Amino acid sequence: MLRGEASEAARLAMELVVAVGESEDAPGLLDISAAHIDGGLYHGQAGLDFALRLLDGGGRVLVPTTLNVSSLDLLHPELYRGDEETASAARRLMDAYVDMGCTPSWTCAPYQLAQRPGLGDQIAWGESNAIVFANSVLGARTARYGDFLDICCALTGRAPNVGLHTDEGRWATLRVDLRVTDALLDDDLLYPVLGHLLGQIAGTEVAVLVGLDHRADQDRLKALGAAAASSGAVAMFHVVGVTPEAATAEEATGGLAPQRIVVIDVDDLTRARAALNQGEGPLGAVSVGTPHFSVRELALLSEMVEGRSTRVPFYVNTSRDALSQAEASGSMAGIESFGATIVTDTCTYITPIMEDVEGVVMTNSAKWAFYAPGNLGVDVVFAGLDACVASAVSGELVMGEGW
Amino acid sequence: MTGAGFRSLVGGTAVGDLLRLTEPLSLWGGLEPETGLIIDRNHPQLGQNVTGLIVAMPHGRGSSSSSSVLAEALRLGTGPAGFVLESPDSILVIGSLVAKLLYGSVCPIMCGVLPDGSTGPWKIDHNHVAPLSGP
Repeated sequence: MLRGEASEAARLAMELVVAVGESEDAPGLLDISAAHIDGGLYHGQAGLDFALRLLDGGGRVLVPTTLNVSSLDLLHPELYRGDEETASAARRLMDAYVDMGCTPSWTCAPYQLAQRPGLGDQIAWGESNAIVFANSVLGARTARYGDFLDICCALTGRAPNVGLHTDEGRWATLRVDLRVTDALLDDDLLYPVLGHLLGQIAGTEVAVLVGLDHRADQDRLKALGAAAASSGAVAMFHVVGVTPEAATAEEATGGLAPQRIVVIDVDDLTRARAALNQGEGPLGAVSVGTPHFSVRELALLSEMVEGRSTRVPFYVNTSRDALSQAEASGSMAGIESFGATIVTDTCTYITPIMEDVEGVVMTNSAKWAFYAPGNLGVDVVFAGLDACVASAVSGELVMGEGW
Repeated sequence: MTGAGFRSLVGGTAVGDLLRLTEPLSLWGGLEPETGLIIDRNHPQLGQNVTGLIVAMPHGRGSSSSSSVLAEALRLGTGPAGFVLESPDSILVIGSLVAKLLYGSVCPIMCGVLPDGSTGPWKIDHNHVAPLSGP
């Protein structure tokens, strides 16, 4: 492929995959069976220039390839409040990736789609929360692919054989012992807070968590991983007895002794939870669904808001796929009559959608709480979904119970 | 202290004052490409400008969109002169490589640990990292 029997785009992509592989001391490349592309979100001219260079060079993906969130909600275009020039460039970027053969899934949670990779599958995924979910919960194998490298892997069907693609690269070097009450494991809020703390402790290390159980379901592990991949560079974690490569702590560490053991107790979690709150004051808006709400989370929200209505703008981020399933099952009628604004294909913290907010924004997402202050210039209050709904109904901050 | 044990992740030469980040920075959400300013409100170096500096940090962090932000900053001329990372980070590597491909921008990335107390102007020259006035 380097010699140019494939397209110019494939040759270029292969050069870049090889160069990155060399920077990582990879012994070679491996075949991948799927890709997820984060490059469709517009960050400026450079991303568009690169996509058009590949498209004009005859680039076509060689493996099934899904697309991450973009800058625009194509199902609800009226929500966009940015300038037309940016919207037009963002649309050209989206089209370029679709024209290279990518599926217009437009979701940061491709692991919630029917076609998702499984245990042992070698893949190249972008989007930090998707990467950590694929490795940790699905047992698929992906490194942290940044923009540009993800599409290069998709165009060549190859990736550097290193790190999380290998058995040894997936072994935990850090063990985290969780010392909390059993009741806390029932609290949705535990998981994003634990993830936020895990990211700070683990950095780039693979950790094995001891002390969670089956109550750490996929939605909760999604929240945990998204938070850890925001506050740190966590691309994989194990949960003993829950995730597929950690029947025991020994399996997760490859039989080796962990290099570090850290204990997390309720005091640590309380401090981490408090650190996610940046402000007080009147409630300006609520945003939930980062990462994109699953069908189950939409159903849960639908039950919570039944017969109630929100006094502040209430945004629900989800995928077009989950939205159509939730519409079919009847979950959306109640959410709409509650007064929520449904956002698909993108997310409220990456593109101008939220109306001018006077006051703090409440969210149940540690990831949103981490990025929104810098991206949007808002103060954020972090709380559980029930507290978000209760606050929206009363129009004032209603915080959940302490730990 | 002239850079024994350093490995080149992206080649090239660069000269610039050293900016040591005491915590890793996600460029996406953390760096404004229009200005080169660090905008992550949780970051200890919030408000610093990276333009033309050699940025040293323990490792990358956070978003996989950081590649795009680096390439965009380099396109606009607001990016760092180079990076010194304690562990390899393919997200920054690909961002630098793509900026070179599209715009001829040079932003070398080295892997290695700088001595404590390093400060002032430094130079990255292919496989070497050293203070500009040093031996």
